[in-house]
Amino acid sequence: MQTPSKISAQGVNVHYGTTQALKDVSVEIAPATVTAFIGPSGCGKSTFLRCLNRMNDTIAGCRVQGRITLDGQDIYAPSVDPVQLRAQVGMVFQKPNPFPKSIYENVAYGPRIHGLARGRVELDEIVEKSLRRAALWGEVKDRLDAPGTGLSGGQQQRLCIARAIATAPEVLLMDEPCSALDPIATAQVEELIDELRATFAVVIVTHSMQQAARVSQKTAFFHLGSLVEFGETGQIFTTPRDPRTESYITGRIG
Amino acid sequence: MAHFNPSLLRRRRRNEVVLRSLGFGALALAALMLALLVGSLVSTGWQAFTQTHIRMEFPVTAERVKPDDIAKGNFRALVQDAMQAALPGLPAPEARKLAAMLSNAAQFRLRDAVLADPALIGRTVTLTVPVSDPYDQLAKGQIDRATPEANRRLKDTEVAAFDTLAAEGRVSQPLNWALLTNADSRFPELAGLRGALVGSFYALATCFLLAFPLGIGAAIYLEEFAPKNRLSDIIEININNLAAVPSVVFGLLALAVFLGWFGMPRSSPFVGGLTLALMTLPTIIIATRAALKAVPPSIREAALGIGASRQQVVFHHVLPLAMPGILTGTIIGLAQALGETAPLLLIGMNAFITASPATPFDASTALPTQIFLWADSPERGFAARTSAAILVLLAFLAAMNALAIFLRARFERKW
Repeated sequence: MQTPSKISAQGVNVHYGTTQALKDVSVEIAPATVTAFIGPSGCGKSTFLRCLNRMNDTIAGCRVQGRITLDGQDIYAPSVDPVQLRAQVGMVFQKPNPFPKSIYENVAYGPRIHGLARGRVELDEIVEKSLRRAALWGEVKDRLDAPGTGLSGGQQQRLCIARAIATAPEVLLMDEPCSALDPIATAQVEELIDELRATFAVVIVTHSMQQAARVSQKTAFFHLGSLVEFGETGQIFTTPRDPRTESYITGRIG
Repeated sequence: MAHFNPSLLRRRRRNEVVLRSLGFGALALAALMLALLVGSLVSTGWQAFTQTHIRMEFPVTAERVKPDDIAKGNFRALVQDAMQAALPGLPAPEARKLAAMLSNAAQFRLRDAVLADPALIGRTVTLTVPVSDPYDQLAKGQIDRATPEANRRLKDTEVAAFDTLAAEGRVSQPLNWALLTNADSRFPELAGLRGALVGSFYALATCFLLAFPLGIGAAIYLEEFAPKNRLSDIIEININNLAAVPSVVFGLLALAVFLGWFGMPRSSPFVGGLTLALMTLPTIIIATRAALKAVPPSIREAALGIGASRQQVVFHHVLPLAMPGILTGTIIGLAQALGETAPLLLIGMNAFITASPATPFDASTALPTQIFLWADSPERGFAARTSAAILVLLAFLAAMNALAIFLRARFERKW
């Protein structure tokens, strides 16, 4: 029995000015699943990720064609407000980028601008819940007023995850979330991703094939702007169907 | 070490020494110039920070001042009476002429004292009043007694009379607060900067209230919202060019537009402020855009990524982070405006005004135009006052720059 996709992308083409960054990409993102996008640098995996919450809209000269739906609703339809969409589809970036405000304010900002909390008590609850789910509460509960930028790199990234899930999104996009972290912090974030899968559809872009193999259930391999292969992670890593996927996994390209 | 070349190493070290000493030399030269500037200003200006005063007893008689009409009393004659009484050794007409030793203000001080307390009529009033400029110069050693009488500003009898009074311990040289508390005057001993200070304050306040919000608004629009196309390129180039337009051109523009078309009051600090705002706007816009650009893009992305609108991104995140840079740029722009002379000359802020402006719409001078006026005055006392006024202006500039540094440090320390 096939579950309905959370996000469905069909025939997505992206141009930056005159250069084409993505060619006819179609991917189905399943709910409660971690989907990994892998591929060599410049293959378009981050570009595709940024199509899913319309972050590409903020880049001048970027054009997106094709159809992307979230729960069946076309996210590029004129009736969709991209700002509202980004609250539903949260994003965590490559470099931890907490706001230069307190830990509390970092997490509370999203719920506050979207009016998710009625009063201080509810906001406190959302902040605590988000920090707990990001496995950061125990480390910061006594210093919520300390600046978010004063945390270690791994803590900062978990703070960013807490910030992203505080707006109660349905999908969490992660753009190489561990590339700036040491192995211990990486392991913590990976463990966290596995827990988050229970609630969110998680899409993660990663350079590390080991990481893709560890955290994801589905893997998409991009090469030169095209989606080469998309399938179960186990199948992609053990019995790739496309010779390019095999070359990349075995380290011959990339 | 196989390819080690000793002459290459020597040359590299020599070059480094030369570069370092050139840099140090340039710095030393700049410091020397600054020292020369301040030194020359202080050496001519320090005398203006004290003013010779003289203590006199004025016999207020009912004959000169009628109790029923005090304001019309002959206070001028009273001053002459006092001088005659103080110099009993001289023939009366000569002694009365020496009343010119006292500042013109003496008769008015005396009148004010009697007006305030009519019971003084019939008694002797003791007042310490400023001496007139030539005697101030004499007291400060600027008039050489060895010069032949014919070539000297003060004649022998005048010098002798002053020395007599000085020997009686009547002469003192207190700090010259009048330099800051009096408005301009024809008489150097009475001239002060109050009108210019208040005028400059009103002009800068007008300039700030106009240029700060407009400049920040324009910069935010250009940096965050305007589409990047040919039109915005042209606007950007022209703003940069405006910052380099000679200030006198802005003065001409203000003369034609503000005074000519709109008929705003001439010489008023309000119009001065409008003119300075024209000049300061490009500076603030450029500084603000640079500060906005310096905010890391990751912060914008983070905010956009959790669903903040562009306006929320700017006002919640980018603008607060850019504030230290914006404030620094603004204060430097205002400091520039404070020292600007040419545009103010064109709108008539170099008028001779003896009262400090009550509102920004009254005629007044500003600090630099006051300096310009005094530098043009022939009296000896104005030479020192010009330098003193420049020192006051420099002190304000230094204070504003210090404020800029303080604000930057304060806002940046937060995180």
